[in-house]
Amino acid sequence: MLRPSSWRGAMLLRSQYPDASPICGGTDLMVDINFGRARPPTLLDLTSIEGLDSWELLDDGRTVRIGAGVSFTRIIDELSGLCPALAQAARTVGSPQIRNRGTVAGNLATASPAGDSHPVLLAGWAKVEVESVRGLRLIDIDDFFLGPKRSALEPDELIRAVLVPAATGPQQFAKVGPRNAMVIATVSFALNLDVAGGRVGTGIGSAGPTPLRARAAEQMLQEVLADRWDAPSAVDDSVARQFGALIAEAASPIDDVRGSAEYRRHALAVLGRRCLSWALADLETGVAA
Amino acid sequence: MRVNVTVNGVAHSVDHVWALESLLDFLRERVGLRGTKNACEQGECGSCSVYVDGVLVCSCLVAAVQVEGRSVVTVEGLESGGAVHPVQQAFLDAGAVQCGFCTPGMVVAAHCLLAGDPDPDDLTVREELSGNLCRCTGYQKILDAVHLAAGRTGAAS
Repeated sequence: MLRPSSWRGAMLLRSQYPDASPICGGTDLMVDINFGRARPPTLLDLTSIEGLDSWELLDDGRTVRIGAGVSFTRIIDELSGLCPALAQAARTVGSPQIRNRGTVAGNLATASPAGDSHPVLLAGWAKVEVESVRGLRLIDIDDFFLGPKRSALEPDELIRAVLVPAATGPQQFAKVGPRNAMVIATVSFALNLDVAGGRVGTGIGSAGPTPLRARAAEQMLQEVLADRWDAPSAVDDSVARQFGALIAEAASPIDDVRGSAEYRRHALAVLGRRCLSWALADLETGVAA
Repeated sequence: MRVNVTVNGVAHSVDHVWALESLLDFLRERVGLRGTKNACEQGECGSCSVYVDGVLVCSCLVAAVQVEGRSVVTVEGLESGGAVHPVQQAFLDAGAVQCGFCTPGMVVAAHCLLAGDPDPDDLTVREELSGNLCRCTGYQKILDAVHLAAGRTGAAS
């Protein structure tokens, strides 16, 4: 059992014991251990590292740095203003018990295509702060996911924090599943209207080997909004439908136990259209801006 | 390896704990507290709900070695002086117990809910107990029990 109390100690142990499994909330790893699918020789417990469970607004006033130990519950309670879509996504994670333990960093380390925070991180152009004894690097979220449960994290690295730009306009997250709680997404979608940057960010979950960005949809909406960020009511319903269609097109879903590829595409088109309608309504009323 | 932990206010020092052992197994097999139930072992059912340092968790998803130096409260720790907690009494009075297997987890989760929100509405109760499954589907009586407990606690304070 490895239980560093400092980040520096964690770095050293990570390099000395490459076979140890890092554990924080344990909501993914312990399932694999309980079912005999994982038998790491030892655990590297990150829950006693000083400061890992804190977040801060960086000096630029625009970036929220969320420590790897911050639970989904705390994101809901403390970050719904700065990172509304991330808080929305956190609300859909598991149950209160799971949200009390699970973290965004753990979501990233598992790198499941269905991770609830991933679409939001894509839509928000987040960066993942990872570190090893070799040094620290920031990985653009677009470069982080390499395949199902595969990420750009090197074997000697640990995720220290996630850097999420604070919202400058409306954000939305939506998820489809068979019930309201304890659901792995059948599909999910996040939309970020970055009013300050004149940009549109999107993220799709559970509809491809990795979480996906819908570039064509972003491009289309950016062009439509280019001269009317202040008058979004001028955006008519056909745009929302076209946006939804482009979201569905960007996905590459498969048939599995949670849903068929056909259903997933259909649901994404609906989620894309709805999220855009909600976000435009928010933009109109000045909510979250 | 050795784990030092306070369970229901009592300090325990337990040797020969398996490195990958869950807190659930630790509580049941090492400490001998079998109120905490083992059902799904994947965080889906809430039967193993306990507090770790005051936070509600599924004990099947916590490694026993992670509670070194921490404080755990199980369903057995809710009673005081041999008297059941008002939440437990409300479950009895409302008939919220069928087979009883989910009950300890439900009671701990309901206890946690009422500690944070003494008078929750129905939607809040459903949301906060969404991680606890009752295979008998006796949810209505469980909702009744939570409201009964809330009413009594509110009246008492």
